[in-house]
Amino acid sequence: MTALTAKVAEPAPPPPDARAPRRRGVELTLLAGAVLIAALGHLHVGLATTGHVPRSAARYAGGLAVAALIAHLAVRRWAPYADPLVLPIAFLLNGLGLVLIQRLDVTTPAHRTADDQLLWSALGLTLFVLVVARLRDHRVLQRYAYLSVTTALALMLVPVFFPAVNGAHIWIRFAGLSFQPGEFAKILLAVFFAAYLAANRTALALTGRTLFWKLRLLPGRVLGPILAIWLLSVGVLVLERDLGTSLLFFGLFVIMLFTATGRIGWIAIGLVLAGVGAYAVGTFEPHVNSRVDDWLNPFASIERGEGPGQLAQSLFAFGAGGLLGAGLGHGQSFLIGFAAKSDFILATAGEELGLAGLTAILLLYGLLVARGFRAGLALRDPFGRLLATGLASIVALQVFVIAGGVTGLIPLTGMAMPFLAQGGSSVVTNWIIVALLVRLSDSARRPEPQEAAA
Amino acid sequence: MIRYIRWCAYFCVLLLVALLVNIARVQVWESAAYGANPANKRHVIERYAEPRGDVLVDGRPVTGSRDSGQLLRYERTYLNGPLYAPVTGYSSQTYGTSFVERAEDEVLSGTDPGLSAFPLWYDLTRGRPGGGNAATTIRAAMQEAAYAGLAGKRGAVAAVEPATGKILALVSSPSYDPAVLSGTGGRVKGAWERLNADPAKPMLNRALRETYPPGSTFKIVTAAAALDSGVVTDADAPTETPDPYPLPGTSTLLPNAGTGCQDASMADAVQWSCNTVMAKIGVRVGLRGMVEAARRFGFNEEGLRVPSWVSRSNFDTDMSQDQLALSSIGQFNTKATPLQMAMVAAAVANGGELKAPYLVERTTQDDGSQVRRGDQRTLGRAMTPATALRMQELMVKVVEHGTGRNAAIPGVVVGGKTGTAQHGVGNAGTPYAWFISWAKTEGGAALPGVAVAVVVEDASAVRGDISGNGAAAPIARSVMQAALSTR
Repeated sequence: MTALTAKVAEPAPPPPDARAPRRRGVELTLLAGAVLIAALGHLHVGLATTGHVPRSAARYAGGLAVAALIAHLAVRRWAPYADPLVLPIAFLLNGLGLVLIQRLDVTTPAHRTADDQLLWSALGLTLFVLVVARLRDHRVLQRYAYLSVTTALALMLVPVFFPAVNGAHIWIRFAGLSFQPGEFAKILLAVFFAAYLAANRTALALTGRTLFWKLRLLPGRVLGPILAIWLLSVGVLVLERDLGTSLLFFGLFVIMLFTATGRIGWIAIGLVLAGVGAYAVGTFEPHVNSRVDDWLNPFASIERGEGPGQLAQSLFAFGAGGLLGAGLGHGQSFLIGFAAKSDFILATAGEELGLAGLTAILLLYGLLVARGFRAGLALRDPFGRLLATGLASIVALQVFVIAGGVTGLIPLTGMAMPFLAQGGSSVVTNWIIVALLVRLSDSARRPEPQEAAA
Repeated sequence: MIRYIRWCAYFCVLLLVALLVNIARVQVWESAAYGANPANKRHVIERYAEPRGDVLVDGRPVTGSRDSGQLLRYERTYLNGPLYAPVTGYSSQTYGTSFVERAEDEVLSGTDPGLSAFPLWYDLTRGRPGGGNAATTIRAAMQEAAYAGLAGKRGAVAAVEPATGKILALVSSPSYDPAVLSGTGGRVKGAWERLNADPAKPMLNRALRETYPPGSTFKIVTAAAALDSGVVTDADAPTETPDPYPLPGTSTLLPNAGTGCQDASMADAVQWSCNTVMAKIGVRVGLRGMVEAARRFGFNEEGLRVPSWVSRSNFDTDMSQDQLALSSIGQFNTKATPLQMAMVAAAVANGGELKAPYLVERTTQDDGSQVRRGDQRTLGRAMTPATALRMQELMVKVVEHGTGRNAAIPGVVVGGKTGTAQHGVGNAGTPYAWFISWAKTEGGAALPGVAVAVVVEDASAVRGDISGNGAAAPIARSVMQAALSTR
């Protein structure tokens, strides 16, 4: 409906005082629905696992409603033309994540994480409001391209000096808290790519006129910095053994380069490089090699008599869900053990909500990504377009890599399911991404130019 | 740039479709295969998530459930485990189930479709009804009498109600406490290994699963076959049998344990347990006649279930004459479970009609409403009613005046037959003491209310003392007394 109206609205040059549709009421209604679903989920988990209504139920629902209202008012105040779907979808996904984590906490009484996750979500929402309020024009970010990339590289390098957790150097720990700075880096990197490509896209696109194997001779000046930065970031991640994120950065780079230049050759080069890299890493790096073996034959460890591995347990959980799921609190996805609340959170959704619920969740992500691309299409400046495309692609790739991994579609690489998975840095980062998408969609739909200036 | 953003969007749609197709594959297409994978613990977790239904004796549970707080949550407990182990069997998270625990597992664990009025409701909600109960036919007083009578000696007792086939007592000794096998972990594994390594074989259900040479108790089958086939028309007529009796076709002489068997009648031969006379009668009935008679009593039948399976009792079908002579007095390759010999006594007591023995009276839901009844079935006619009456008279004489006087109960009509079975290479093993019997109150019920078979391996006794009358008859007597007093 929104799309239709947008299309109808676009071609007509808006008279100065025409009221473009803001659709804040739609957003509020959808948010109320999201709060309702999350609150009912909270209630359901309490009833299913303890048999009585959780004592905090009213407080919890009230808190969610207040949080949603604050976010909504912020958008209404500072981004009145924003896409009305983006905030409710993010809110619903975050609420569902809290429900799933609360449910899994029941199986690990010694290691409760739902409260932490709630705090992080609150922090994320605060940052969302801050970004929407303070960043009044996304084009400001263009100025900070080099600051962004420096910060991103620094953030990625810092964890190398901290002890490895579960085989990966991606964590910083202090004062009892731990977070993954690499999560924040991906936004900064997207900003840098968007700014740099927006500035240099003509040069990059023109080089494509010759045969593309001559490409590296010609634009060394233009291509050099971005290639170096990309190589550096991926290299650092490989050093840190965070392969999921390296894959994400690689995909992000290829997609944004393609969007900026439109050269299909970049895709080809990207895919060839990715293929060679994946093959090399998969063959020579034992950690990755075992992941690939696991993917090819998830039940090999059972045949060896060592019991089911994580991927096998994950597949069992999905299978047990069937069409309608076991119902919240009635599954046994805790059998996955380690990382059941983070990387494998989708398995709990699959087992307890079934194919129906899982499809709904994936479609929510699809819708969120689609609204991102929609903003990119409607924006008028190249930087905004590239940034919207990049941010949407981050979400899309991340969902694909981890959802495909835990369902056995592609080899498993550790990565957080946006909003659903337990993990503070991930939730906070995703709220910032959503804030940027809200800002971008607001710019895209805002009638120009007088009102924007006012 | 618009066009390229669209392409990116299409690419993302492609990724989404791939994800959706794949989860449909995993959650619908592969779902059943994943669920059936033995490494998938969901089934066992669900199985032990609720307290298991109980096995009832005299309407009271002899089992229970304990919340262990483990992954496989509820563990089995047993009240008086060793006494009822041959009935209940065990239910173990590690080693599965046996006997009634196995036979009625679907009811006890709550998976039986008969447990819910609306099975579709449970399919939809993924819940399952609480476990049902299995009420056994066992009578506690008889079970206790039999267990106390064996007093830890190796042996077994089986008692049935002749008119219905209800198994009233089923004891195996020495026994074990099945509770030690409940649950998981090293303690359970250790108990399992210890029980299996024990030379006394406490986990062997001797009443159902061990076959012994029945010895002289088999003479009841031989005598019934002789009367039915017309080989013997007058049981009191002399049989012109020498003592000792040369086995046909050989120079081996078959002796008797006692005296007075020379030329004895079949009635006397049963009363005094004359090997010579009964061996000769068996040969006269002939191989085919004897095999047929044994089959009618339940020998050589595979697949008897009570509802746990019972070992096959054997009477060879291809023998020479001398082997037939030995088989007819329960030696050579003739082998019987204690339950089989209780069925022989029961067939005589029930006028020749053999009822299928059964152990589970009925299964009920948690609230007591019935799921299924144990069905009374007739296995067939073991002998004519006239022969059965004649055999009853012969067996009463055994107890009143013959070799089985230790089983006599004042004021009660008791018919019985002793047995002392040789076994082992060259009959070197300690003989088994047998006693089979039935009883009815004098002038009371038309039919005897109980039939019993007792076997005592009694490896520790002095060889001369081992006889059905000495070791086994007193146990049979106390079981029969318990049966008649609890009616």
